[in-house]
Amino acid sequence: MLKYLPGVVTLQLDPDLCIGCGMCITVCPHAVFAIHEDKAEVNDLDACMECGACALNCPTEAIKVRSGVGCASGVLLGRLGKDGDCCGSQGCCS
Amino acid sequence: MKRCCNGPSQPEDQAPCCCSASSPSNHAESTGDSWILTYTNTPIGKVPVVSTRLTPLDHFGTAAVRLGFKRMNYAIEPGLYAVGNPHPDSPVLVSANYKLSFDHLRQELEGIDAWILVLDTKGVNVWCAAGKGTFGTDEIVHGVQATGLEKVIVHRTLIVPQLGAPGVAAHKVKAQSGFSVVFGPVRAVDIPTFLKTGMRATPEMRRVNFDLVDRLAVVPVELVQGIRYGWLPALALFLLAGINRHAFDSALMLAHGSKAVLMLLLSIVCGGLLTPALLPWLPGRAFAVKGMVAGAIPAFGIILAGWIPTGTIGGKLDASSWLLIVPALSSFVAMNYSGASTFTSLSGVLKEMRYAIPLQIAVASVGLALWIAARFFQ
Repeated sequence: MLKYLPGVVTLQLDPDLCIGCGMCITVCPHAVFAIHEDKAEVNDLDACMECGACALNCPTEAIKVRSGVGCASGVLLGRLGKDGDCCGSQGCCS
Repeated sequence: MKRCCNGPSQPEDQAPCCCSASSPSNHAESTGDSWILTYTNTPIGKVPVVSTRLTPLDHFGTAAVRLGFKRMNYAIEPGLYAVGNPHPDSPVLVSANYKLSFDHLRQELEGIDAWILVLDTKGVNVWCAAGKGTFGTDEIVHGVQATGLEKVIVHRTLIVPQLGAPGVAAHKVKAQSGFSVVFGPVRAVDIPTFLKTGMRATPEMRRVNFDLVDRLAVVPVELVQGIRYGWLPALALFLLAGINRHAFDSALMLAHGSKAVLMLLLSIVCGGLLTPALLPWLPGRAFAVKGMVAGAIPAFGIILAGWIPTGTIGGKLDASSWLLIVPALSSFVAMNYSGASTFTSLSGVLKEMRYAIPLQIAVASVGLALWIAARFFQ
């Protein structure tokens, strides 16, 4: 399994707010979460791509992440004041 | 954020201004789309029944889009569609109005009776549109209300592709529309199994992969883009190659200039084709590092093979310049491929860009200076 840079991800899970509904596990495309003793826990932090699906779908807002698209050309075009459209295929635009 | 009437997805002579305000449900029967088999009568009017087989025309469209033609203008009309012979209790699948996504979905639905609710994502695929917010909670609620879906079906469940989840908050859709969202599998190919097993996705169905076929799917577009940006510098080097200490020499231009063009092309191929193909095996985690390695090895190989003679001072300068320029450009092209991958985070991309871009510029500049210096020794 391909892994990206370690130790950079902004994902945070507050176990006190978690009700263990498992929605984060459902929506995560990289199996970052697991359920442990009726609560979600972060199982594989470096696999997170910060898509933001878990945070958006957490009914108790227990998950926080600075979401965005990991796309260098999108960032570059954004800095150059253009529409930050990156758009390759699978990851971003297929 | 939502701009009207300039979306690339609007078919020209239809869609009056402010597309999102108009009801997307009433398809004109004369659209002439070859993938619409017939129309079925429903309480909201005629709904197009779509084919689950792709025709040569569909494949041609896919190939053209993959090569970068009309890529931002490959959309279908949003609204409700049918596949098979759906009933009021048949499942509803939500999709984007990018024709490539839609084709992908419908060809997996052979023998299935279902409704397809196509949202107006401005011709962008589900995952990308979810990231941008055009495939989102509000769009689903709007799509449900604008089509009058509740008059067509008796249940209140929408199957939304899992990759739409970065834009769709299931609990908010429920609160705003009364419809429950069930996130379906990542890949359309798993939908029949998902439906058969009572809308349950296995962990494998929930995971995004990035195998060789996925990695290479965007390569043509990346290469076309590289050439689009690279032809002008290539032309400049081609012309400059004709200059030596004394004058302009067209024989020199042809000999060295054509090599310069080929080396630039090599850089794009290393970053845009070799890097994606060899992604799991290239060292490093940063795309910039992988691309640098993917450029350095072929560049060394070409110099060692003697394709650029290193006998003279000019030759040595020339060879050194390409040993710097090819890895730097390849690194840059590979870094830009990060957006096409399925596992890079924004934080990671920002981190690698912070050190990689200054390095790429510095190395390429030194390389260019050496290459220009080499002209004076020809």
